[in-house]
Amino acid sequence: MAQIIFTQQLARFLPVPTLETEAATLRAALDEAFAANPRLGAYVLDEQGRLRANVVVFIDGKRSELDVALRHDSKIYVLQALSGG
Amino acid sequence: MADRAFIATRKGLFELAYRNGEWQLDDRKSFYGDPVSMVLHDARDGATYACLNLGHFGAKMHRRDAGSEEWKEIAVPAYPPKPEASTDKIDWTLKQIWSLEAGGPDQPGVLWAGTLPGGLFRSNDRGESWQLVESLWDVPERTQWFGGGYDVPGIHSICVDPRDSKSVLVGVSCGGAWVTNDGGAHWQLRTKGMAARYMPPDMQDVGAVQDPHRIVRCAADPDVLWCQHHNGIWQSRNNAETWEEVTAPLSSFGFAVAVHPRDGKTAWFAPAVADQQRVPVEAALAVNRTADGGASFATLRGGLPQEHCYDLVYRHGLAVADDGKTLLMASTTGGAWLSTNGGDHWQTISTTLPPVYAVRFN
Repeated sequence: MAQIIFTQQLARFLPVPTLETEAATLRAALDEAFAANPRLGAYVLDEQGRLRANVVVFIDGKRSELDVALRHDSKIYVLQALSGG
Repeated sequence: MADRAFIATRKGLFELAYRNGEWQLDDRKSFYGDPVSMVLHDARDGATYACLNLGHFGAKMHRRDAGSEEWKEIAVPAYPPKPEASTDKIDWTLKQIWSLEAGGPDQPGVLWAGTLPGGLFRSNDRGESWQLVESLWDVPERTQWFGGGYDVPGIHSICVDPRDSKSVLVGVSCGGAWVTNDGGAHWQLRTKGMAARYMPPDMQDVGAVQDPHRIVRCAADPDVLWCQHHNGIWQSRNNAETWEEVTAPLSSFGFAVAVHPRDGKTAWFAPAVADQQRVPVEAALAVNRTADGGASFATLRGGLPQEHCYDLVYRHGLAVADDGKTLLMASTTGGAWLSTNGGDHWQTISTTLPPVYAVRFN
């Protein structure tokens, strides 16, 4: 199962446990996470469904966009970009 | 009488309490470390609202109900998807909540939020949900709006008419002053008399490019509005039908204005040198007060730093309490001063706060 690990900077605002997913894409994996934790979506995506400008996602060591396919053992890190200061 | 005041800063929400005859910073701090772009105390139900602008994770809103110590995260305004055929260059996403006001006393639960990039939103349920006021978002003149203070346009002033809650004026940087008399179904641009001197000569009277930095309404004399504009001070005595320019001593440039709640002829301003030099004149902080509708001003300095002072008071950095004589002023370099006698003398609350975005009384 792929794992989604959220920055602990988010834990200041809401619970963000590490999740396991069988989703095929990052977007689907995030949708699962947001379904279980409805407030989380607005912290990671803007209202148009795009990654926030100062949030970055790394999958298996590579910075990734929402439409990226996941492997069954992918490690997904949702982090804050230092550019957002 | 106000017994609490709020200071929204880049690093949290601080509170002042009036106890034993003195105003002092309270131990209560909220959102410590996070930018708080706006705060509102709603006198109708005693709730307090805080708008956050989390750098990475977006704009958020919280409510603290009367008598509670706990904040609850509530909804934020959200823009609809931009139609594919739209030629609007603005990104339809919430950047910041820049202004927040309660609806009228006959509208319990109604809130108005002014945002960057320029949308006005209304809530009917104390911020549990929000609706874009599409009638204003869709005015053709919005294509002429542009950023002033930020890269995108924004609504910083919302003045509900206490005689009629359906009548609301909003101020836009840069987009002029707009009035609705039917609760937001229709809007009229009301800037006659204003001058945008940063525009080419033949465009200086165009309404939708005016940059009112801040507009406030006198509660007891609601036809009276005061506007600190990018190019000076204007007042209206006829609910924004026309505006007259007023000249203040030191400088007519600034961002903030406060009007006496019962006397429309009395208003306060925090002058800075000019748009290209946003510091107090001669590095000495002063407040200009008129008590005769702008015919004359007193320049007040008592208790304010008079040398090596570079504090700028931004749009929402000056507030007057319901008594008309208690004032709170705070700066983008963390100075905060309070007066209990209409600005004649100021006590220093702090000179080391984070940058201050907004001050309010309860």
